[in-house]
Amino acid sequence: MAAPSIRLLKVVVFGLCLVPLAMLVLAVFGVGGLSLGANPIEELIHQLGKWGLKFLLMTLAVTPLRKLTGWNWLIRFRRMLGLFAFVYVLLHFLVYAGLDQRFELTAIIEDIAERPYITIGMSALLLLLPLAVTSTKGMMRRLGKRWQKLHRLVYVIAILGVWHFYWQVKLDTLEALIYVSILAVLLGYRLLDWWRRKRWKAAGPRSNHDRIAHPR
Amino acid sequence: MKSDNRIHPWEITSERNYLNRRQFIQAAGLAVGAGAAAALPGRALAATRELDTVPGPYSTDEAPNSWEDITTYNNFYEFGTGKEDPYRNAQEFQSRPWSVKVSGECEKPGIYNYEDIVGPHTLEDRVYRHRCVEAWSMVVPWVGFPLGDLLQRFEPNSDARYVRFKTLYDPQRMPGQRRAVLRWPYVEGLTIAEAMHPLTLMVVGVYGKELPNQNGAPLRLVIPWKYGFKGIKSIVEIEFTRGQPDTSWEMAAPREYGFFANVNPEVDHPRWSQARERRIGAGLFAEKQPTLMFNGYAEQVASLYSGLDLRKNY
Repeated sequence: MAAPSIRLLKVVVFGLCLVPLAMLVLAVFGVGGLSLGANPIEELIHQLGKWGLKFLLMTLAVTPLRKLTGWNWLIRFRRMLGLFAFVYVLLHFLVYAGLDQRFELTAIIEDIAERPYITIGMSALLLLLPLAVTSTKGMMRRLGKRWQKLHRLVYVIAILGVWHFYWQVKLDTLEALIYVSILAVLLGYRLLDWWRRKRWKAAGPRSNHDRIAHPR
Repeated sequence: MKSDNRIHPWEITSERNYLNRRQFIQAAGLAVGAGAAAALPGRALAATRELDTVPGPYSTDEAPNSWEDITTYNNFYEFGTGKEDPYRNAQEFQSRPWSVKVSGECEKPGIYNYEDIVGPHTLEDRVYRHRCVEAWSMVVPWVGFPLGDLLQRFEPNSDARYVRFKTLYDPQRMPGQRRAVLRWPYVEGLTIAEAMHPLTLMVVGVYGKELPNQNGAPLRLVIPWKYGFKGIKSIVEIEFTRGQPDTSWEMAAPREYGFFANVNPEVDHPRWSQARERRIGAGLFAEKQPTLMFNGYAEQVASLYSGLDLRKNY
């Protein structure tokens, strides 16, 4: 895809990524028939968390989609999607810490220490921080090969995040299981890809050897 | 007939609830029905039939939640697992004719229709605190009569140590039952002492009106010192038993929900704290409030559990 159209598309995608947040802000003020219902704090926390997970899964979908379709330009949207995942997860935490817990540090620390689902959710957020910080082009250049290694943390983060969602559900896990399944497909694709490449690499030198050996 | 100049406890509407109601009506008027964040349509405001009531004992003077909060935000898995699902999915439910089968250790078993069950009793307004096991709470002006008065009419014998209740099972009319989220039908139970306690209410209405479908029409229990899930809805069976009956949530997750399910700020749910609660309707910036032992009814019910380890018998 040509550079100008990518630039335009980036603006459009950026705008789309802000739509859920805008809807929630409107709902807070009850504008346009939107409402957060009878338990607005919980609704805000749940919606922000779920959007964080959705953006994480979209970020993880970029590479498989790119490989399957050959649309290499998709990669240019990955950072934006990843950063939006971070923004929504951070807001999810801030509404929990600020509105739900009113920034009472002892209560928050107790929650993180005693509620396993909050422990893993908090870990996922903390692991997201270095990825957000090192998402710039300059950092990418400076870190070189280590950048890719560091950013493989996103797999761990996604697993912790989806697990955090699954674990806090009271009984009806259907919705959380949809997230689990999508993540399983996205990670499964990578495992399969890795395994195929490994086999191909393993087969590689042998066939070379055959080729060299043959003329003798 | 109801006298016009009587003032119900909830008629002294706090400003908070007044504003809440106004916002809701505004939102409902503008509703566009877009996505999860859309406001609920104004159907919730459609009032059911007025009931003839007298003021009952044990009412709290805390400000009750709005009709909208009470009728659009609750758990009733028979109509879906979302908080607004009961309101959305129960509108078509027909709660008449209705009958209740009474059986077990009593002298007068049989099938009783709704009018037989309710007819002989004086309906009381009772404003109770309601504490959900999910750590949110409301104040609800229920209409009902003491369950004990009803049970006495069936003349339980000395072997009746527990009472078992069952909700209607009808997946045609209760769409939530088409998925096996819980083992249907919903069952609940109380010790005979709990069932006979004067706080325990057989509820037929809210805010002086007949109970809306989503709140468990036409007959439901309210046991205000226990977590909300003990308050079984749309009751079709009452059985006096010798042994402790199985209960739905205990069967679903025995480590998390017990038979007693008394509100207790000191015994946490394995996955969340029960020390504080979020009062519905308090707004975006309200602080959580401390949960009270037995939901504030310790004076009336603590003696029922003397000698019982509440940590083990959660």
